[in-house]
Amino acid sequence: MANLKELSKKEELFTGGHRLCSGCGAGIVARQVLIACEKPVVIANATGCLEVATTIFPYTAWKVPWFHSAFENAAATIAGIEAAYNALKKKGKITEEINFIAFGGDGGTYDIGLQALSGAMERGHRILYICYNNEAYMNTGIQRSSATPKGANTTTAPSGKRSTGKIQARKDLTAIMVAHNIPYVAQTTLSFHNDLIPKVQKALAVDGPSFMNILQPCRLGWGYPPEDTIRMGRLAADTCIWPIYEVENGLYKLNYKPKEKNPVTEWLKPQNRFKHLFSPGNEEIIKQLQEDVDKNWEKILSNCNT
Amino acid sequence: MKTIKTGNEAMAEAMRQINPDVVAAYPITPATEIVMIFSQFVADGLVDTEYIAVESEHSAMSACIGASAAGARVMTSTSSQGLALMYEMLYIAAGLRLPIVIAEVNRALSSPINIHGDHSDTMGARDSGWIQLFSENSQEAYDNIIQAVKIAETAKLPVMVTTDGFIISHCTEVIEMVSDDEVKKFVGAYKPARFLLDIKNPYTLGAIDLQDYYFEHKRQEAEAMRNAGKIILDVAADFDKKFGRKYEFFEKYKLDDAEIAVVCMGSASGTTKVVVDELRSKGIKAGLLKLRVFRPFPYNEIIKELSSVNALAVLDRSDTFSAYSGPLFTEITSSLYTSLNSKLLTLNYIYGLGGRDISTEQIKSVFDDLAKISQTKKVENLINYIGVRE
Ligand SMILES: Cc1ncc(C[n+]2csc(CCOP(=O)(O)OP(=O)(O)O)c2C)c(N)n1
Ligand code: SF4
Repeated sequence: MANLKELSKKEELFTGGHRLCSGCGAGIVARQVLIACEKPVVIANATGCLEVATTIFPYTAWKVPWFHSAFENAAATIAGIEAAYNALKKKGKITEEINFIAFGGDGGTYDIGLQALSGAMERGHRILYICYNNEAYMNTGIQRSSATPKGANTTTAPSGKRSTGKIQARKDLTAIMVAHNIPYVAQTTLSFHNDLIPKVQKALAVDGPSFMNILQPCRLGWGYPPEDTIRMGRLAADTCIWPIYEVENGLYKLNYKPKEKNPVTEWLKPQNRFKHLFSPGNEEIIKQLQEDVDKNWEKILSNCNT
Repeated sequence: MKTIKTGNEAMAEAMRQINPDVVAAYPITPATEIVMIFSQFVADGLVDTEYIAVESEHSAMSACIGASAAGARVMTSTSSQGLALMYEMLYIAAGLRLPIVIAEVNRALSSPINIHGDHSDTMGARDSGWIQLFSENSQEAYDNIIQAVKIAETAKLPVMVTTDGFIISHCTEVIEMVSDDEVKKFVGAYKPARFLLDIKNPYTLGAIDLQDYYFEHKRQEAEAMRNAGKIILDVAADFDKKFGRKYEFFEKYKLDDAEIAVVCMGSASGTTKVVVDELRSKGIKAGLLKLRVFRPFPYNEIIKELSSVNALAVLDRSDTFSAYSGPLFTEITSSLYTSLNSKLLTLNYIYGLGGRDISTEQIKSVFDDLAKISQTKKVENLINYIGVRE
């Protein structure tokens, strides 16, 4: 468990003054991750909200070495940085221990960046890849990604007279990462800092690649008031829409079990993107969503042997 | 030391002697051998390079960019579709001023799929901000790679060194290699001014650059490319002093008093030299300008060399599908237009697409055309195709 008092004394390596929306979860994720870092760290960031809103030249919100090259290649880029580190360390040109973290949105991770991510994980670079998952392409204006939940209204899968929003269920990227047999995979949200921070520390400690899928409520794309970001993450966990677990060397562990498993509607209702699902005639979608969530939750529970 | 090497072997040997910190690469014919040979060097401990066998060329260039930004000396190799898949990242490497070197083996672009040598791939990257050096043979490929490292690091720009697929990449030639120590001394240690792994001096690289700064940064990049010309010549002069082989923007072959001349790049220059010799033996004043540096394009210098020429043929080993001619012809003629020599009779020949052979007879007929034109002062066909069934 992260000691909040100790953590609060640490220097802020991700500073305020960036231009993320008020209440944006991406900034909260970045801040918590950097607070977790005990060694010096170099960051690579994919194109997306976190990147554009924190580094508007000549300003930057990052007090650590930070790099952006393109949208789909944060994993390949950080792999190159790590390879340079290994080479320069071997030659005695660098002596410090350094950790390497890549940040990508769900678009840059689940979709266009999946190949580079899979390649980097398979090759075994000692890097932590963090997907800050706001369930759509937010930076280009809330388009659907393969992380978008079924039924959500997005600008490329809009709800309308003949549409109920996104038709397909989301892809289970965390499972895909587990299938890479890497030492550490975890799923969490920013609402549990004492889950998120130790997970980052665990991930950085393993000798090999690690991956974290962090659900990031997006006040703009999801459509809720900015002060509710942390509550939205908790609702996702309490409705079991987003199970909180980790997989260490193939062994699953559940990190959070809601006292009472709440119905998905509790998570759907406060969000504008699901508003249309509550119109008469759309009950079936909500039912399907609940079924999908239940099935997945059972699977996770059985994987975790609880 | 004299030795027998293919173009691919020569480039791989140069890479071994340079011993870069990081190589990230993905195989593609006809460049595959370069990475195969180099990975054997890694496996045998002849270099201490971190070799990343990535899952695509896009990731190869991405990893090179990451490694270079991190402060490493970085190289890769590719060809054709591979270079095309890197396209997005080529601009980023140049825009971030990262001195990456590619051993690029020229090959036709799909479709139709074809694995043989033409310049379409390299020409597709001509505006990406990379310095481009063309090689006539294995020797030049070897020498160019060694010089490229120094050029890149001094100019803070990436460099691609090309050979023609199969014609150079797979043909054995006798080349003169420099000793490992001398190469090491020539390229020196790489000491970037700023790099990501310098954790005591953290900085943000690759920030978003909006209307208020982007234009200035691009202007600086353009200026860096202009300044690269002098750096290329300085490195060549140093190379000549140390190893006794002379390089410039281009090679003038019997050009000084030539009345009719050809401009071309890559392996076709060797064939053209044979024809020039033959014509000279008959008293015809033929010459060749073999271009080595296509980017930055040395337009002033080229034009100066063409002052005695009456008729000029530009040979392009790639076509464009929308401009009025091959890319080299466009460059040369626009340079001529703005110079005093705008009256020079010029014509374009597209040749050798998909690796089609170019013979001495065909080049001879180009010179025949030139001889005719310099008498009639009339260009009938501006754009011509050599050796294609129409
Ligand atoms: C090759 C390429 N295609 C498209 C884009 C445009 N683009 C920039 S960011 C983005 C979406 C980012 O979405 P995500 O990864 O989910 O991050 P978020 O914006 O939600 O933070 C897109 C489509 C791009 N930069 N590069
Ligand atoms: S759109 Fe969403 S993810 Fe992007 S800055 Fe705003 S709240 Fe954050």
